[in-house]
Amino acid sequence: MPAARSIPHRHFDALIIGAGGAGLNAALRLAEADLRVAVVSKVFPTRSHTVAAQGGVNAALANVLPDNWHWHMFDTIKGSDYLGDQDAIETMCREAIPTVYELEHAGVPFSRLDNGRIYQRAFGGQSQNFGGEQAARTCAAADRTGHAILHTLYQQNLRAKTHFFDEHFAVDLIRDDEGAAIGALVLDIESGEPLIIEAKTTLLATGGYGQVFRTNTNAFINTGDGMAMALRAGVPLQDMEFYQFHPTGVAGKGMLITEATRGEGGYLLNGEGERFMERYAPHALDLASRDVVSRSILSEIRAGRGCGPQKDYVLLKVDHLGADVVHQRLPGITDICRVFLGIDPAKEPIPVFPTAHYAMGGIPTDRHARVVAPARHGPEEVVPGLYAAGECACVSVHGANRLGGNSLLDILVFGRAAGADILAYVAEHPNHRPMRDEHIEPAVARLARWERQGDGERVADVKAELRRLMEDHCGVFREQATMTEGVEKLKALRERVEGVRLRDQSQTFNTARIEALELDNLVDVGMATLMSALHRDESRGAHSRVDHTERDDERWMKHSLYSRDGDRMDYKPVRTKPLTVDSFPPKPRVY
Amino acid sequence: MTITISVYRYQPDSDSGSTSSASASKPYMQTFEVEAAPGMMLREALLAIKEQDETFAFRHSCGEGVCGSDGVNANGTNCLACITPVADLKQPIQVRPLPGRPVIRDLVVDMTQFYEQYRAVEPYLIRKDPLPEQEIRQSPEDRDKLDGLYECILCGCCSTACPSFWWNPDKFHGPAALLQSWRFLADSRDQATEERLDALEGPYKLFRCHSIMNCVEVCPKGLNPTKAIGQIKELMLEQSV
Repeated sequence: MPAARSIPHRHFDALIIGAGGAGLNAALRLAEADLRVAVVSKVFPTRSHTVAAQGGVNAALANVLPDNWHWHMFDTIKGSDYLGDQDAIETMCREAIPTVYELEHAGVPFSRLDNGRIYQRAFGGQSQNFGGEQAARTCAAADRTGHAILHTLYQQNLRAKTHFFDEHFAVDLIRDDEGAAIGALVLDIESGEPLIIEAKTTLLATGGYGQVFRTNTNAFINTGDGMAMALRAGVPLQDMEFYQFHPTGVAGKGMLITEATRGEGGYLLNGEGERFMERYAPHALDLASRDVVSRSILSEIRAGRGCGPQKDYVLLKVDHLGADVVHQRLPGITDICRVFLGIDPAKEPIPVFPTAHYAMGGIPTDRHARVVAPARHGPEEVVPGLYAAGECACVSVHGANRLGGNSLLDILVFGRAAGADILAYVAEHPNHRPMRDEHIEPAVARLARWERQGDGERVADVKAELRRLMEDHCGVFREQATMTEGVEKLKALRERVEGVRLRDQSQTFNTARIEALELDNLVDVGMATLMSALHRDESRGAHSRVDHTERDDERWMKHSLYSRDGDRMDYKPVRTKPLTVDSFPPKPRVY
Repeated sequence: MTITISVYRYQPDSDSGSTSSASASKPYMQTFEVEAAPGMMLREALLAIKEQDETFAFRHSCGEGVCGSDGVNANGTNCLACITPVADLKQPIQVRPLPGRPVIRDLVVDMTQFYEQYRAVEPYLIRKDPLPEQEIRQSPEDRDKLDGLYECILCGCCSTACPSFWWNPDKFHGPAALLQSWRFLADSRDQATEERLDALEGPYKLFRCHSIMNCVEVCPKGLNPTKAIGQIKELMLEQSV
């Protein structure tokens, strides 16, 4: 590893780390305003995990059924089990409408209705008129909406001449003495050379961390890189105990089967052929919130009513919809079933099981995507120059449970908001803050650590153990004893990472080195998740405690903040005041 | 049950801790034995090889055929490793990098020219009219024309199977880029038909396609670039009379 002072520097107005929907929507806005924008991505941009989003993006366009952004707001707050911040949720639901039109204008090939308008389908947790009849709010491009959006955003960034650093891995943020973000150390994966990108503003848009769980719907690249970078920079992570298990992953394998299957009229069956959701959500049935459906499936299986020889999954039935609907509205699902299960979903039901899917928690931000952390003047002081958006951020619009169709919306709205705020920030702060060698050295040390040679454990072995540990100790149902044991084991594992050695010390396209750096990140976000979960002794949204089964608004209507320094837990209040409408006070949550 | 896989190895720098004694600067095939599981995909077999030897490099990510990272050549045919069952491949399985591209390391190839050709067709919607407040209307029939075009994942399997692209990767756009060109020509919302067609004139960019149809054969998403290219040529003819 070269000394800090010999690493080359590049200069940009804005550095964006991550090229999924959030990063690219921010980049587009900035490049169109003629800022110098660098997008750093460890994969070619269209490989980012946004590409795998299936069902669609929510916006109250009212193309199919009556709708209103205020109803969308109510559903989102109820879905969040009242932990979401109502100012941010109002922003998201209002902005959804122009955001989807903007995407359409950019070229997204949305499916269409007969009158030429954008096709919208029903999704879980959606209602008309504040809890009334089912709404149809999810705008879709068949069941490949994420792919359609990501490719369109990348294409528009090509037009806008955004500067891409493809296949560059961000090692760590660089902060100055005042704590301002002034850039990042990145590694060119192909050459193995480090590079320092100095930037007036830095946006973390690195996505989720599903790889911390053994069975998940996520891509290999979803390793919590931005979240861990924030932790190492002294920023806490918010609400990390809230991790969504999607009800319908392919049993035993994990690939996602979109909620659109149920939105189009599919339903779940147990081993006795019953539509068991009738027992758990008599009104919404199979379109109850994801946390509710996942728990219902597991309850059925635990009661011995699973399907198959081991009674260890349930069936998702769509064959009654007819081959036309299945193949036209759900072509991607048809492919997944054909390739991985050898079945045609238009003829046979799909074996499914709840699977680790999405982080509601992340880097705390305000509704302008500015990172906020506890400091001298309170729990939400802006970190100068630092932004976060998308799954790696916690605005918080999803609270304790995210509704389907709100994640594509989150990345687009808050990616765009980050772009708008960065424009204003750069106008006010036209100069780079000075960067000195001592600001860079911690990041360089992290990279150099993996050059230690000799005998030691292997990255792959420790990673596999971590993934099993998280699945065993922090799954859908949680309790004190197993989580306490989990934290002890994870602390021991974290110690062992120090002794892990990389055999491959080559420079060119060394993927083993990237996986080692990712292991550091996974361990940090895993600890944030387990610690936050252990301390919250209530059940809310996706965080379900068998030893504390009720929601406790008195003690727990507050956000968790985990800091890496001393594995410390802090808390801050939920923002219950919207911007222009009345608050939605907490109510019992039934579907 | 174990399966036998031979993978292409090329390590450009010498200090990687590869277990092989072969010279670091010359490419070679290395054989591995991997424990097969029912329904195993080629990507999982490659991951099992990486378990044995962490110096083995290949790109991969989503594991379900949507991100387009893991295009490789298996037993002579380009495919996406994550959706290719090992049971369908005759043993010993020979896995090589996508053909015709410079190899960076092992199965990792340099895709720069492929991406340059993609950018060259201006793969984005161009509107000249003022934008409406709401969506631009499009009939379901017009939207159907984009099916089979927009689903491309840029894996590169097609273009790197195309002899015309092997010979002229700097001048011929190749099947992936031309499929994208037609994706925008076919979009009722796009208003740059004339410019797009003018830009494709000349002997190379479009007309190096000789309908060999390797692209159609290998596309892991079942798309048909040859047909798209034919439709561009037809439209050119229509517009010229």
